[in-house]
Parts: sequence; structure tokens; C-alpha cells
Amino acid sequence: MNSLAEPKSWEKVFWPVAAATLLLAVWHYSVRWTATSIFPSPLQVEKGIVELFHKHVLWQDIVSSLRRVVIGFGAATVVGVPLGLSLGWYPAANQVVNPVMQILRPISPIAWIPVAIIFFGVGEYAAIFLIFLGAFFPIVVACVNGVSNVPSVYRRAGRNFGLAPSQLLAKVVFPAALPQIIVGLRLALGIAWLVVVAAEMVAVDSGLGYLVIDSRNSGKRYDLVVAAMLIIGVIGLALDLGIRRLETIKSIRWGFGNGS
Amino acid sequence: MALREVALSPQRALAAKLCVNHLSMVFTRDGKSTPVLQDITLEVSEGEFVCLVGPSGCGKSTLLNAIGGLLAPTAGTVFIDNEAVRGPDPRRIFVFQERGVFPWLTVEGNIAFGLFKLSRSEREERVAHYVKMVGLQGFEEAYPSELSGGMKQRLEVARALAVNPDMLYLDEPFGALDSITRHIMRGELLRIWETERKTIVFVTHDIDEAVQLADRVVILSARPAAIQRIVNIDISHPRDISSPRYLELRDGILQQIGLAHKI
Ligand SMILES: Nc1ncnc2c1ncn2[C@@H]1O[C@H](COP(=O)(O)OP(=O)(O)OP(=O)(O)O)[C@@H](O)[C@H]1O
Ligand SMILES: [Mg+2]
Repeated sequence: MNSLAEPKSWEKVFWPVAAATLLLAVWHYSVRWTATSIFPSPLQVEKGIVELFHKHVLWQDIVSSLRRVVIGFGAATVVGVPLGLSLGWYPAANQVVNPVMQILRPISPIAWIPVAIIFFGVGEYAAIFLIFLGAFFPIVVACVNGVSNVPSVYRRAGRNFGLAPSQLLAKVVFPAALPQIIVGLRLALGIAWLVVVAAEMVAVDSGLGYLVIDSRNSGKRYDLVVAAMLIIGVIGLALDLGIRRLETIKSIRWGFGNGS
Repeated sequence: MALREVALSPQRALAAKLCVNHLSMVFTRDGKSTPVLQDITLEVSEGEFVCLVGPSGCGKSTLLNAIGGLLAPTAGTVFIDNEAVRGPDPRRIFVFQERGVFPWLTVEGNIAFGLFKLSRSEREERVAHYVKMVGLQGFEEAYPSELSGGMKQRLEVARALAVNPDMLYLDEPFGALDSITRHIMRGELLRIWETERKTIVFVTHDIDEAVQLADRVVILSARPAAIQRIVNIDISHPRDISSPRYLELRDGILQQIGLAHKI
């Protein structure tokens, strides 16, 4: 078979559907054969999803989670992009800040929960702070790398046409670094969505993370737990698809492999 | 008009526009120093077309970048109009060997890049003129990733010409073009040079290209580059590339570089 040939269109749909069906089947029969009374079967989860959708509070939970992500991720973007661009632009400043960043960056936002609670108390701000932390470092690092990876020929061309340093940053370095910055934003949004669920399990009493933990605590409703997990997955996928649309903008697309 | 001025004042025409004075360049990387340019001294007159030829890796691009103020030389100075060059200047535009068209801008955006001081209508007129000159009509809205290698080179030449510089530094600008387009672009460049009397420093690998274009061909040695010889091309334009004089000059240069002209 020619590996370069495009798969036929029915194959593109058929195989993923087959894989998902197989997974559901394995799940279904595992539950049946082990005769567990705790872990729900796919059908029970499906009923759970329907139940959640009929409960008004699901929409509020989704909105709460999204709001926290928008605020936390938005703040990380607003602070992180200019900071990262500046650090990339002034390598001397980056050398000063970089060691601290490299130590803080690998710390999971989950480890910050106690600190966040000391700073902000149990509540909304602590959750948003954790999301901010999770999104902030990947954004800064992507901007620093993006700026320092700009091919020197673009900078030379920009300088040649008489651009002042600030114009060079705005008209050459920033657009040249944008594809890498967008990769960083995408990564950061994914992390923000991971962190919001974790933060909501401890710091607040609303949102999808709270829905998961609350379904377990109030009556061991594991069908609702798994249903909420699936909803979290689907929304995370939707967020990722949304931000990936940025990669198709014409003035950015060149930076993503087969740019045509 | 520029032509008449030159004709009326021969001294001005001969005044050194560019003066490279004992230029040396040593790159230091990982504690190892590589001398690349060795005591280059060269004068280029106003309106002259000079080609730099030399073996690959000898330092042609380095020399051009130093002349353009984009690289600080280790020793020596470059003067333009009797002023030491301290940095790049929009009156002297580069076409880079590494291809400097901006992939985030359209063809129009690239050509208009250096025209930010012009009014909108002037800018549009200028862009349209140069789009047409390099044959990119119909691609005004296209991005460089949608263009062929040769089209990108033409685009970069158009971007350079659009700001109407008095000097052009061209680093193998036609290297990626097919021989037909290259021929057309050479003719176009000569036409622009003759009508606008720009001073041109042109780096090329191609001896034939050098002899077809230049007033003088500067032959550089292998790294560290030193000037081996400067050949005056005393044939008037348009040049007959099968004339005995053309062949004589070309073969002389080939011999100087150490290439037999039989393959
Ligand atoms: N920034 C740099 N640091 C260290 N070495 C360099 C640097 N730039 C160029 N060189 C070295 O200087 C030498 C000359 O390079 P240059 O690009 O000027 O050659 P060139 O004559 O233009 O070659 P080509 O014809 O292949 O374009 C090369 O050996 C290269 O490795
Ligand atoms: Mg070169």
C-alpha cells in the first residue's frame, strides 16, 4: 500500500469510530464481567450526562470554569506576552530572570494550592491565581524563544529599511515570532484547562471540577463523576480546536509546516 | 536628468562613492578565530556597477554585510560619501543571500515595507509599479509561502528598488532563478541602473553574470579573502556575449580563479 496516498474519506471516519466503539465495548464488558456496583457502565454514564444537562446547575458550572480560565489565561497572556517579548529582546535581562524562571516553571500549579490559599483565601481568586501560574510560564518561555529564534536576516532587513528599535520589534520581530508565541498560547490554554478542574476541587464550590468531586462526595454518584469527566474532555477539545484556528490565519500560517 | 548631470561633471562621476579602507574581519567562535577578510581596500565610484566574485565561503557575504554596516569589521573602515559607515541606512538597500522577504506579509505588504513615510496614494502607486516590473501581477495578495523561489527573489529585488536607494547591495540576488528569468532580471537591473544611475555592488558565483553586468569585476581569493585582481570590463552595453572581447575577459577571469574553461 502506498503510505503517501490519502486515506479514502470513508476510512477517515470509519477507523476512529471503530476505535471508539471498541473502547466502549471493552468498558461495557469489563463492568459487566467484574460485576462492579461502583464503577458505571457506558449506558449509566450516558444517562448521567442527560441528567446533568437537565439540571440547570451544569450550565452554571461550565460557565464558572470557562470564566476562570478566561480570566486566568487572559491575565497570563496580557502579562506574559509583553514580558516574554522584552526578555527575548533584552538578552541581558533574560540572563538575570531566567534562572528563577527555570526553577519556578517545573513546579506544578497543584503544589501552589496551599500558597494560593494563604495569599487569597479559599475562593475564586485562589483558583484564578493557580490558572494564571499554570499558563504564565509556557507563554513567557514561548515568547522568549520566539524572539531569539527570529532569523537574523529579518532583523537586518528591518534595520536596513530604517526602522527604529521599537518599530523593529513591532513590525519584524513580533510577527516573525508569532507562530511560536501561538504554540505557547495553545500549550498554556491546555494547561489552564487542566488546572481549573484541579483548583475547583479544593478552592471553590462551583465549576466542573467541583461537580466531579461533589458528585462523588454527595452520594457516590460515579455515573455523574464519569459524565462530568467526559464533559471536561469535550470542552477541552473544543478550546484546543478554537485556539488552533489561529494557526490558519494567513499571516501566521507560514510558521506551521506545510504553509500552503 | 541624472544622466546629463553625470555627463556634465566628469569629476563628480568619478568621485569615490564607496571607499573600503584596509578592512579585516576575524570571526571568533568557541575560542577559535577564523580570519575571513584580509586587508580589503576598494573604491567604487558613483554610479558604478561592481561585481564581487570568489570561491564559496571565501567571505563575499561578510564583505557585503560589513560594507552595508550590518557587521562591524575587526579592523578598517568603510566610507560612503566620505562618511564612515556606522550602521545600515535606507539609502543603501540589501538583497540578502538568505532571502529576506517577510513571510507574514503579502507581496504588496513586502514591497510597501520600506515606504512607511510616503502617503497612502504614493505608496500604492509605487507598489503597483514594482509589482509590474518584477512580473508579480495577480500575486499582490499572495504570501511568500505561495510563491516559487524565483518569485520570492524577484519580490525581494522589488522591495529593495521600491525605496529608491542610491546604492544597492545584491548578494547573489538571482541565484535561485531559472536561466530565462535570470536573463530577464539582469536586463531589468541594467535598465534600472542605466536610467537611475545607482551604485551597485553585486555578489555572484557566476563569472558570466559578472562579465555581463559589471563595470569592474573584483576577484577575491579563497578564505581569508583578499583582493586577487580587479578586471575592468571595457565593453559598452548592450554587451554581445559572443564577441571576442567578452570571451577574452571571461576566460581571463576563469583562469585567474583557476578554472579551465573546458568541461
Ligand atoms: N557570524 C559568523 N561567525 C563565525 N563565522 C562566520 C560568521 N559568518 C560567516 N562566517 C564564516 O565566514 C566565512 C565566509 O562566509 P561568507 O558567508 O561571507 O562566505 P561567502 O563568500 O558569501 O560564501 P557563499 O558564496 O557560499 O555565499 C565562512 O567560512 C563562514 O563559516
Ligand atoms: Mg554568501
